[in-house]
Amino acid sequence: MNFVVKIEDVSHFYKKTKALDSVTLNIPSGSMVGFIGPDGVGKSTLLSIIAGVKKIQSGSVEVLGGDIKSALFRKKVSPRIAYMPQGLGKNLYMLLSVYENMEFFARVFGLDKSERKRRIDALLKSIGLYEFKDRAVGKLSGGMKQKLGLCCALIHDPDLLILDEPTTGVDPLSRREFWKLIAHIRESQKGVSVLIATAYMQEAEFFDHIIAVNDGKILSQGTPQELLNITNTDNIDSAFTQLLPKEESREYIDFLLPKKKEFQNSALAIEAVELTKKFGDFTAVENVSFQIAQGEIFGFLGSNGCGKTTTMKMLTGLLSPTHGTIKLFGQSIKKHSLEMRNDVGYMTQSFSLYNELSVKQNLILHAHLYRIKKSVIKEVVEKMLERFFIKQYEDSLALDLPLGIKQRLSLAVAVIHKPKMLILDEPTSGVDPISRDMFWKFLTDLSQNDGVTIFISTHFMNEGERCDRVSLMHQGRVLASDSPEAIARSKDKENLEEAFVEYLYEDMGKDESDDITISMDRSSHKKLATFFSPLRFFGYIYRESLELIRDPLRLVFALLGTVILMFVMGYGVSMDVEDLKYSVLDYDQSPRSREYVEHISGSIYFLEQESLISYADLDEKMKRGKIALAIEIPPNFGRDFAKGDGAEIGVWIDGTLAFRAETIKGYVEGLHYSYLESLLNTKASPLVEIETRYRYNQDFKSIYSMVPAVIPMLLVFIPSILMALSVVREKELGTIANFYATPVTKLEFLLGKQIPYVVISMISFLGLILLAVYVFKVPVAGSFITLFFAALLFVIATTGMGFLMSAFTKTQISALGGTAIATLLPTIAFSGLRDPVSSLEGVGAFIGNIFPATYFINISRGIFSKNIGFEGHHFDFIAIALSIVVISALSLMLLRKQER
Amino acid sequence: MRYLLTIYRLFLKELLILFRDKVMLLFIIYSFSVAIYIAAAESSTELNNAPIAFVDEDRSALSQRVIDSFYEPRFMAPKHISYDEIDKGMDSGIYTFVVIIPSGFEKTILKGESTEVQVNVDATRMLQAGIGSGYISAIIMQEVNTFFAKTVPPTPINLVTNYKYNPNLVSSWFGSINEVISNILMFSILIAGASLMREKEHGTIEHLLVMPLNSMEIMVAKILSTALVIMLGVVFALFVVVEIFLEVPISGSVALFLFTTFLVLFSTTSMGIFMGTITNSMPQFGMMLILVVLPLLMLSGGITPYESMPTVLQYVMYLSPTTHFMEAAQAILFRGAGLETVWKHLVAIFFIGLFFFAFALLSFKRSVESRS
Repeated sequence: MNFVVKIEDVSHFYKKTKALDSVTLNIPSGSMVGFIGPDGVGKSTLLSIIAGVKKIQSGSVEVLGGDIKSALFRKKVSPRIAYMPQGLGKNLYMLLSVYENMEFFARVFGLDKSERKRRIDALLKSIGLYEFKDRAVGKLSGGMKQKLGLCCALIHDPDLLILDEPTTGVDPLSRREFWKLIAHIRESQKGVSVLIATAYMQEAEFFDHIIAVNDGKILSQGTPQELLNITNTDNIDSAFTQLLPKEESREYIDFLLPKKKEFQNSALAIEAVELTKKFGDFTAVENVSFQIAQGEIFGFLGSNGCGKTTTMKMLTGLLSPTHGTIKLFGQSIKKHSLEMRNDVGYMTQSFSLYNELSVKQNLILHAHLYRIKKSVIKEVVEKMLERFFIKQYEDSLALDLPLGIKQRLSLAVAVIHKPKMLILDEPTSGVDPISRDMFWKFLTDLSQNDGVTIFISTHFMNEGERCDRVSLMHQGRVLASDSPEAIARSKDKENLEEAFVEYLYEDMGKDESDDITISMDRSSHKKLATFFSPLRFFGYIYRESLELIRDPLRLVFALLGTVILMFVMGYGVSMDVEDLKYSVLDYDQSPRSREYVEHISGSIYFLEQESLISYADLDEKMKRGKIALAIEIPPNFGRDFAKGDGAEIGVWIDGTLAFRAETIKGYVEGLHYSYLESLLNTKASPLVEIETRYRYNQDFKSIYSMVPAVIPMLLVFIPSILMALSVVREKELGTIANFYATPVTKLEFLLGKQIPYVVISMISFLGLILLAVYVFKVPVAGSFITLFFAALLFVIATTGMGFLMSAFTKTQISALGGTAIATLLPTIAFSGLRDPVSSLEGVGAFIGNIFPATYFINISRGIFSKNIGFEGHHFDFIAIALSIVVISALSLMLLRKQER
Repeated sequence: MRYLLTIYRLFLKELLILFRDKVMLLFIIYSFSVAIYIAAAESSTELNNAPIAFVDEDRSALSQRVIDSFYEPRFMAPKHISYDEIDKGMDSGIYTFVVIIPSGFEKTILKGESTEVQVNVDATRMLQAGIGSGYISAIIMQEVNTFFAKTVPPTPINLVTNYKYNPNLVSSWFGSINEVISNILMFSILIAGASLMREKEHGTIEHLLVMPLNSMEIMVAKILSTALVIMLGVVFALFVVVEIFLEVPISGSVALFLFTTFLVLFSTTSMGIFMGTITNSMPQFGMMLILVVLPLLMLSGGITPYESMPTVLQYVMYLSPTTHFMEAAQAILFRGAGLETVWKHLVAIFFIGLFFFAFALLSFKRSVESRS
C-alpha cells in the first residue's frame, strides 16, 4: 500500500495545552480519508501540520514522499497541495468578488493570463457560481463560500486536497453538492488524495477510511465498516462514543427520544405573524409565521446565514421587525418591556458570557441582574452548579472552560431566573456528541418537568429530530413547518435531512439530475519561479490594493488621517506668543503713567483689556486666565520719576507656561527700553550691539519650523500603523493561511503588501505638501523632486517598520497601540524635532542616530527652509536607504512562512 | 432604588473585568506614574547642549573671554570655524548658533565706541533657537561689561518683574499637570469605548439587553466604573508623582480639581461610548480614537497657548469639554482659583457632558438595534 502521508511521533503544544500527543499514523494515498472527532481534539492541528502550514514541534511528517519539515521541500511541494482551513470562507477575501478571489489564487500559483481566465470560467461554471462572479464573497451564503473555497483550492490541480471541516454550518443541499463535487474530482483525476476533517459523523460513512481522533490521540482507524464492527454499533456517531475511553463515556447514557406530547390545546407561548426584517436592500427574514405552544420544543433548522439568528433576535426584542407582529404569551412584544424579559432566557450563537469572570461570578451576576432576591441567590446559584454538573468548575474563569462546559454554563445562566421560555441560538455547534446528548437531556428535562417552552435553532438535522416540531428555513423563508416525522413523510423520505434536501430542490426549481461536472485539467502549465515571481508579487499587490480601496474606514484613515492631523497641528499648535491679553493697574493716573501705558499698548503682541481697579482684581483676573500679563504702576510714579527718585513699575506675568512667561518678559523689557530711549531722546548706546539673524525663517514664525518637522512625524505614524494593521489583520481573519500554504515567498509577500501602502502614503504626502504650500503658505524653498524621492525612501522605511512591528503582535488593536507608541515616542523625543540629535545624550542619542526619522527631518528642513539640494544631503539619503535594508532584512528574518 | 442596585451590580462587573485585563492595567499604571515623570522632564524648556560655533576674526583677549564663557551643559564646547564654513555648517545643521566676532572688536570697545556682534540662528529649530539666542545676547553683554568694568547706568525707571504662580519658571510643573490631564482624557475615552466594543465583539451586550435592564443603566455603569479607575489614577499621580517625586507645589484645592475631573469624565466617557457605538470593531475604534483624541489634546490649550490659535478655532474648541477642563484645571491647580472663579467652566463642562451623554445614549440604542 502506498502512503501519501506518514506521521511519526508528532506532538504539539499550545502553551501548556497538549493538542497532539505523540501521534503516529500512515495515511493511504489515492483515497478519501476522514478525521472525525469533536472540536478541539487536534484534528485541525494535525491537518495544518500535514499541509505544511503549521510548524512541527516534535516528530516527523512525510508528505508526498518528502520531509515537510524542510523549507526547500515545502517550496517544491506546495503547488501539489491544496489546503482549505476551517471556517466558512476563512481563507477568502470577503471584500473581493468571486472572480477576484479566484484570480488571486491563480496568480499565486503562476497561471498566465489566458490560462487563468479559461480555468476560472470553467471552474465557476461547473459549480454554478459563474453568474455570481462579480459578487463580493462576504455576501455569499455559507454553502457558496465553501464551494468557492474548494474552487480556489482546485485551481492548481493539487495531488493532495486537505479540507478542514468544509461542511460545518452549511445547508444540507449545499453539503450534498459539495460531496458530489469531491466525488467528481476524484473521478476525473485518479490518484488524488483527499483528507477531510468533519464533525458530522454521519458524513464519514461514505469515506474510504476513517481516523477517529480524541484528546490529541488517534482512537482508532479503518474503513467505516471496520469501525462499526469493532465497536459493534450501527452508526458512526455511536461508534465514536464507544471508542472513547471509559471514564469519558461514563456520563453518557444512551439517549432515548422522549415521548412526543400533544400540544393542540395548550396556550400559545410564541405567535409570530408574517415577520419580515430588512437590512437596507437585504431581506434577512421574509414573511415568517409560526405558532409555538407552551412546553413545546420547537426547532429552527437551516444553514448559517439563513435568517435563524435574525428571527431569534426579533423574538427577544433585540431587533424590531420591519413588518409583522410577535406575541409572547398572548402579549404583543413591545420594545423595552422589562417584565416580559423576566419570562425569557436567551443563549446567543457564540458563547457570550463574560470570559473574564469565573463560572460562579457569571451566575451570581446574572442572578442579580434578573433581580433574584438576595437571600436566595446563593441557594439558586448552588442549585444551578449542581443541576448542570459544573460545580467542579465554579472558580475557573469562563475563558478556560472546554466548549461543552461553556455551553452548559450558558444554559445555566439562561435558566437561572426560571424563565417560561428559552430561546437558544445554535447552542450545540462545535460540541462533541456526548456533550450534545447531555445538553439535550437538560433541554428535555426543562421542557417536560418545568414546562419550559424551548425555541432552538440548529444546523444538525439529527437534532431536529429531537424537537416536537421544526421549521425548515432557507434564505430567510420557511420552507416547511411540522413535526419532524410528518415532514419526512410528506416527501416520502426516511429522515429529516433527506426531506430538507427535497424541499430545497423544490424551492430552487431543480432536481437532482441538475448535475455538476468538474473538469480537471492537468495540462495547465505553471511557471514555477522559486525565489521571485513577478506574477505572484503582482497578485499580492493587486489584491491588497483592492482590499484597501474597498474598506472605507481604513482608506479614510490612510488618506485623510495625515492631512487632518497636519491641519490640526498647523493651525492649533503654535509656539508663537502673540495676542497676549494684558491689563494695567494704574494707581498713579498721572500724565507720565498714561504715557507709559500708551507706549505699551502700541505693541503688536499685546491686546489691552479693561484696566484693573485693585490688586485683588488683578489676582482674580489672572487666576481666571483672563490676562497673562499685568502692569502695575504704583502711586506717586509720576512724582518719583520727576524727582529722579527710583521710580518703579511692577510687572506681573502668569508663570504657568514657562516658555510663554519668558517670552512675555522679553517683550515687556523691549518695550520698556524703547520707552526709555524715546524719553531720553538719545540712543542709549551699549558697547556691544547684538544683531541676531534668524536664518531660514526670518520672521521666526513657528509655522515655518513646524511644517517641515510635522510632515516626517506624520509619515512615520500613519503608514507604519496601516502596514502593521494590514499584516495582523490577515493573522486575525485567517487569510494569512494563504501565505503559509501557497508558493508565495517571504519577499513577494513583504513587497506585495508594502507597495500599496507606499503608494497611498505618497498620495497623502502630496496632500501634506499641498496643505503646507497653499493653506499654511510655507513654500518649498529647495527642489520638490528631491523632497519627493526622500519621502519615497522614508515611507518605504516607515511602512517597513510597521511590517516589523506586526511580527510582535497578534491582534489588530495591539498592533495599533504598539506601533503608535513605538513610532511616536522616538519621533517626538529623539529625532531632532525639538532639540537636534547632537544635543542628546545616552540612550536618546543612540535612538536618534539609528531612527530614520532623524534623517528625513534633516532633509525636510533642508529642502523646505534652507534650499539645500541633494548634494547637501548625501549622508541622510544613505542613512535612510541603509535603514530600509536593515528593517527589511529584520522583517524577512522574523516573518514566518509557517504557523507556530 | 432598583435602578441603583442594577447599576451597582453592573458597575462591579465592569470593575472585575477591567482588573482582569492585565495589559490595560499596566498601561494605565505606567501612564499615571512613569509617563508623567518622563513628560515632566521632557517638557523642560531649558537649554541643553546647544551646538554653537564662533568665527573669531578679532583673536583678542576679549573675544577669547567671550568664547570661553560658553560651556556645558547649556552649550556644547564652542567650535572655532572660519567665515567660509558658516553656510555649510548651518545648512547641514551641525550648529544651531554661529557667532561672528568682527576684527577690531576689543579695540573698538576699549575706545568706548559701540561695536556689533552678529549671531546667526538656525530658526528651523524653534525652541532651541528662541531660548538660546536670548542667553547668547545676555552672556556676551555681561562678559563685555565685566571686561570693561563698566557698571550699568541707573535707569530712570526700574522694571520689577514677578512671575506669578511659578516664580522660578520651572517648566516641569506645567508639563506634569498637562500630562495628567492628557491621560484623563485619553484613558476615559479609551476605557469606556473599549469596554463597550469588547461587549459588542463578544456578544455579551445582547445578553445584557435581553435582561430586564435598559441602555441607560448599562451606560451609567460603564461611566462610573471608568470614572473610578481614572480618579484613582489621578489621585495617585497628583499626590505621589507630582507632589512627592516632581516636587511641584499644588497651590489650589485638589478636591475642587477632582470634582471638575469627575464632571469631565462624564462627558469624555460618553464620547468614548459614542465612538464605540459607531464603529464595528476594535481596530476601527482604535483608528478613530487616534483621529479624535490627538487633535483634542493638541488644541485644548495644553500644548500650545490658547490665544495663539486662530479665533475661529478658539470658538470651535469651546464646544469641547477638554478646553474648559484645561482652563479650569490650570486655574485651580496653579493659580489657586476657587469655585467662584471657575464655576462658569464647570457649568459648561456639565452641559456639554449632558449633551454628549444624551447623544451617546441615542446612538447606543440605535447601534444595538441595527446590528445583524
